[in-house]
Amino acid sequence: MIMNDIHSDETAIEVRDLTVAYGQQPVLWDVDVSVPKGVLLAVLGPNGAGKTTFIKSILDLVPVAGGSIRIHGRPYRRNRSRVAYVPQRGSVDWDFPTHVLDVVEMGTYGRLGWFRRPGAAEREQALKALAQVEMTSYAHRQISQLSGGQQQRVFLARALVQDAEVYLMDEPFQGVDATTERTIVELLKRLRERGKTVVVVHHDLQTVQEYFDHVLLLNGRRIAAGPVAEVFTEENLRATYGGRVAFLSSLLTQRAP
Amino acid sequence: MMDAISTLFSDYTVRTVALGATLLGITAGALGCFAMLRRQSLLGDAISHAALPGIAIAFLITGSKSPLVLVLGAGLAGWFGTFLITGLTRRTRITHDTALAMLLSVFFGFGLMLLTFIQRRPDANQAGLDSFLFGQAAALMQRDIQVMFGIGCVVLLLMTLFWKEFKLISFDAEAAHTLGLPVRALDHLLTALFVSAIVIGLQTVGVVLMSAMIIAPAAAARQWTDRLWVMMGLAAFFGAVSGVGGVLSSGLVPHLPTGPVIVLFISAIVVFSLLFAPNRGLAFRMMRQWRSGQQFRVDAVLVDMYTLASQHETVDHPHSEQVLNAMSGNARRTLHLLETLGLAQRIDDEHWGLTESGTERARGLVEKRWGEGP
Repeated sequence: MIMNDIHSDETAIEVRDLTVAYGQQPVLWDVDVSVPKGVLLAVLGPNGAGKTTFIKSILDLVPVAGGSIRIHGRPYRRNRSRVAYVPQRGSVDWDFPTHVLDVVEMGTYGRLGWFRRPGAAEREQALKALAQVEMTSYAHRQISQLSGGQQQRVFLARALVQDAEVYLMDEPFQGVDATTERTIVELLKRLRERGKTVVVVHHDLQTVQEYFDHVLLLNGRRIAAGPVAEVFTEENLRATYGGRVAFLSSLLTQRAP
Repeated sequence: MMDAISTLFSDYTVRTVALGATLLGITAGALGCFAMLRRQSLLGDAISHAALPGIAIAFLITGSKSPLVLVLGAGLAGWFGTFLITGLTRRTRITHDTALAMLLSVFFGFGLMLLTFIQRRPDANQAGLDSFLFGQAAALMQRDIQVMFGIGCVVLLLMTLFWKEFKLISFDAEAAHTLGLPVRALDHLLTALFVSAIVIGLQTVGVVLMSAMIIAPAAAARQWTDRLWVMMGLAAFFGAVSGVGGVLSSGLVPHLPTGPVIVLFISAIVVFSLLFAPNRGLAFRMMRQWRSGQQFRVDAVLVDMYTLASQHETVDHPHSEQVLNAMSGNARRTLHLLETLGLAQRIDDEHWGLTESGTERARGLVEKRWGEGP
């Protein structure tokens, strides 16, 4: 407890002994991670390694079997407004009868409170967030008419509207076009400049060194966590992904010069 | 015809029944949108069937057929049914659809058993309870309408108050949770509203057909709009129109049962919407497909003619129809279309050439596809 208090200033997310099980099947075992404030953290691991579960357990979206999670020194439930979530875009029905601006405004519903409708101020914030993801001209577009990358940017804008301290993103780069990928990378950097902490479930090992400064390697349990330069090593990747990493050595030698 | 209708409306009973059917159509139609968008279309069916034993038990306990008592019994049983469905799905390995199907038939069977038991009793008061099976709108009375009106107003008021919350949990429940909304509680509230909307319709259309009143207006309304509040308004309107339509037709034609006719009306609206709504309608889509197919054929023949001509000195060099047929299938009809559009001209019986504007358009197409001319 004492350590928690000392670290609460610099530590954005403190995960201790986190264990999550679906039915009898354990997904995450005894995971300890401490994410410093203001870093871009990539969560890496093979399919089924528990990356999404890790994020969802921080957000109280899946029942946690054991362990503790603190956001800026306090339990998530008491610090909810400081955490924004960007779900996988496949998690909703994009044929829902609504338009882009409306979805982005949903990010304000938490602080609006009961019975109040989003007004001019909320609309303003939503439009600003849309501008940050370069989607201003799509504000009144029906959401079913968006491409995958545009859907992803709408979700990002909804999270930006929340104006949180910690951002948790589940595979934002999954299946998006090059424009969207560039937009997201720019956005991540801007968030870091403003001292925000961003945790991203990521798949593309090629871009880890370029986009992120911290990594968490997961495969049911924590393999390694820390700054990219120290942790993103062939040995750790082999431990995470097993034998399927023949391509990794070439990836890692690239950054030698 | 109009005379007959106005005579009908001057009839006190018909007015009462029409008012009841309208109220039911509005409430069920609007709320049905949330049910459909949350993929809970079948839940309405389960709730209405589950309500039957509730009606029977309420009568057995109180001996009263007062609408408030029966609606309360129906509501409690319907709510208990959904509670069991969620519980079974969450705590056992039974999937949601299996739980729905099981609960629906078990509760309905139990309800039928109780109804038979009640009817065999030497009690004159029981008459009419079986009208809840298929509904008996003609038997609606002032006090029924009062209950329907009261419940309907409360349901619509709560829906307006919690509008943004209901919208958010319907679109993205996980995001709603991370934004700090009590998703579980809102879910219970919406289910309660759902149950209320269903029980007020049981006497009019019956437990068997009630789910159509929930789902059909929403399904039809979705075809016409991409805005949630417009969809709700339309669904309520469709529900009300079919309610009145059903009551009037069964008033004009003897021996026509009101409930089923209401359901037929709303089904007709659904069919019409599925076929003819702009953008989403089947007819509209086929038209669009046919148009884009035609556009494609026109462009293909244009490009073929341009490619052929570029091997000669002049761009309007004539080509035989046979060659064009060989290149892009049956070109004859497309060539006639090109002629109407002023893009190609007939040189003689067998031969066709590009016009000036045809050449222009073809060059544009070729450049767009390959970057430069062949």
